[in-house]
Amino acid sequence: MILLAAIAFLILASALVAVSRRNLIHAALWLVVSWFGVALFFLWAGAQFIGFVQVLVYVGAVSMIMLFAMLLTRQGRVPVEMLTLRAEKRIASGVLLVSAVFGVIAGSILGTDLPGEGTSAATLVTLDRIGESLMNDHAIALLTMGALLTAALIGAVYIASSGEEDAS
Amino acid sequence: MSPTGVWDAIDRAPIIIRDALVSFLPEAWRGLANDVLVAATVAILFATIFALLTILERKGLARIQNRPGPNRVGIPFTKIRLGGFGQPIADAIKMILKEDIVPTSADKVLHFIAPVILILSTLLSLAVIPFGRHLLPLELEAAVLYFFAAGAISELAVFTAGWGSHNKYSLVGAMRALAQMLSYELPLVLAIIPVVMLTGTLSTSAIVDAQGSWSLGGFIPSWHVLTPWGFASFAIFVVASFAEANRSPFDLPEAESEIIAGHLTEYSGFKYALFFMAEYFGMCALAGLGVTLFLGGWHAPFAALEFLPSWFWFFAKLFMMLGLFIWVRGTLPRMRMDQLTRLAWKLMVPLSLCNLANAAFWHLAADWTSPGGLALRWVISIAIIATPFLLLSRSLFGGLGPRTYRYAP
Amino acid sequence: MTPLHLCLLLSTGLFCLGLVAVLARGNAIMVLLGVELMLNAANINFIAFWRFGHPSNATDAPILVLFSIAIAAAEAAVGLALVIAIYKHQRNVRMEDATRLRG
Repeated sequence: MILLAAIAFLILASALVAVSRRNLIHAALWLVVSWFGVALFFLWAGAQFIGFVQVLVYVGAVSMIMLFAMLLTRQGRVPVEMLTLRAEKRIASGVLLVSAVFGVIAGSILGTDLPGEGTSAATLVTLDRIGESLMNDHAIALLTMGALLTAALIGAVYIASSGEEDAS
Repeated sequence: MSPTGVWDAIDRAPIIIRDALVSFLPEAWRGLANDVLVAATVAILFATIFALLTILERKGLARIQNRPGPNRVGIPFTKIRLGGFGQPIADAIKMILKEDIVPTSADKVLHFIAPVILILSTLLSLAVIPFGRHLLPLELEAAVLYFFAAGAISELAVFTAGWGSHNKYSLVGAMRALAQMLSYELPLVLAIIPVVMLTGTLSTSAIVDAQGSWSLGGFIPSWHVLTPWGFASFAIFVVASFAEANRSPFDLPEAESEIIAGHLTEYSGFKYALFFMAEYFGMCALAGLGVTLFLGGWHAPFAALEFLPSWFWFFAKLFMMLGLFIWVRGTLPRMRMDQLTRLAWKLMVPLSLCNLANAAFWHLAADWTSPGGLALRWVISIAIIATPFLLLSRSLFGGLGPRTYRYAP
Repeated sequence: MTPLHLCLLLSTGLFCLGLVAVLARGNAIMVLLGVELMLNAANINFIAFWRFGHPSNATDAPILVLFSIAIAAAEAAVGLALVIAIYKHQRNVRMEDATRLRG
């Protein structure tokens, strides 16, 4: 439980810092710390495979996409967010609304009875069972994912490279 | 003690020493002490291998280039002559004493943690390589996936190094290094998938166990490299690991005649030594993975020689692979950036996908055991991978084309 | 307060932080950052219930989370490609400037 609290603190604290930075690169790097925290959570819960996939995909690939996009769309040497006068109202209303949402959901969570420790499902799930289930029961979903990822890849390359070439 | 008992004890020697050291502590601390001792041993062992590798590489490259290489440094401050093999000691002293220059406008935190993250990722990836029969630091069910996850962290470190230096040449160098590492991760993983597919497991110790038999009276080991799909996989894996470790012929990101040192331009002294060490650790980790997945891990090549300690065989094969890395560095010229990305995407990814089909055929034809059936199996298997290779390489050879600049900064 | 309560509160908190990033930040890339946080929160939720609940089919949650991670990666790629296309058009990535339906 203490370990869980420590991991939760890591995730939430780094995510909080990430969404509050003006420097986009710093925000992305704090987000990477948060993703590491999520991977630690998955490892704590016994989902080893998912934890490693989380590191491989998010830290290894999605972070790279974000950092490259930040560097390609900057307007100065360092990608920072430009603050306008309307920003204060937007930020204040956003924070207020989200605190209300959090209050409602957290209240209902704390009000329900949830199972305690119990035996974990982690002991039943070995890697070959995941693989068999993926290939037998969820084969259609897997093939659709493949098609989706291919379409996303081709679409992303096309969208990012079409339009007028910037004459820099 | 019987002869096999003596050899078995030598094989277990590191475990015996570790247990003896840990037994001095009270019961509650033993698990933690065990882990700390294993981690420290792996780190120190590979730091020593790194030191040895630097001098071997310099001497090896020198001999390939018809010159003697470093041959003067013995042990400093003494009169012991080692014919140049004390060079790592002199290099270490130099690196530690060098001034650590950080540019004033650099992002101090990012500039500092980049080499730390890089070393961390390569040391973590060494944890799942079985160095011997009883010498696997971390037994994981998804060990190969863990290895690639730990390697993916190093890309982030390269970007942090390039960005944190606040130098446009560092940034361009970092982006080129990243493009290279990302392009070659795909052939690397695709080359390993046939091994995982045919052994049915992601665990490195299980993969080594699957290669532990011999055929033809104990003379031909059943290593994966000695099958057609395994040989093609191994070739793709070796080329991709040259690129992942930024070694020649793919060392554009860090070659001195290129963009100074790319993302390492603003690093000096100990941090540069850390980057250097991380690159060699990465090389050792990839070579270790290649030995584990394709060359039979810690098994002996002939059944009669199996009595020799398993860690001896592993390190012998590891040094052979590292010798291959050094040999290729001294022989092949450097590739240009667009040439190497074109090689990755246009040649290696299609070939590794064909090899996947090849491995599937090999597995499905596993019951063709008559001499005629076996020969047919080999011929078809070689044809499945050799035909696309010849066709693709012939068609790509003439068409490297003029350079097009897309996002010239 | 059982561990499952703590996991769900963690997931809700992360989701709300992602929501703040989507609503309160004016930069398109920060919005995508927030979306990634929300997807991570959902994944944490799935694994928390897999760990503490008694699911009839124990491999469903890891497979669902796997698909979720893959789709999140694809969505990040497409979203950032769109951001780059918008940048080419209007030279900045402020959300409040991207108000027209055609260029």
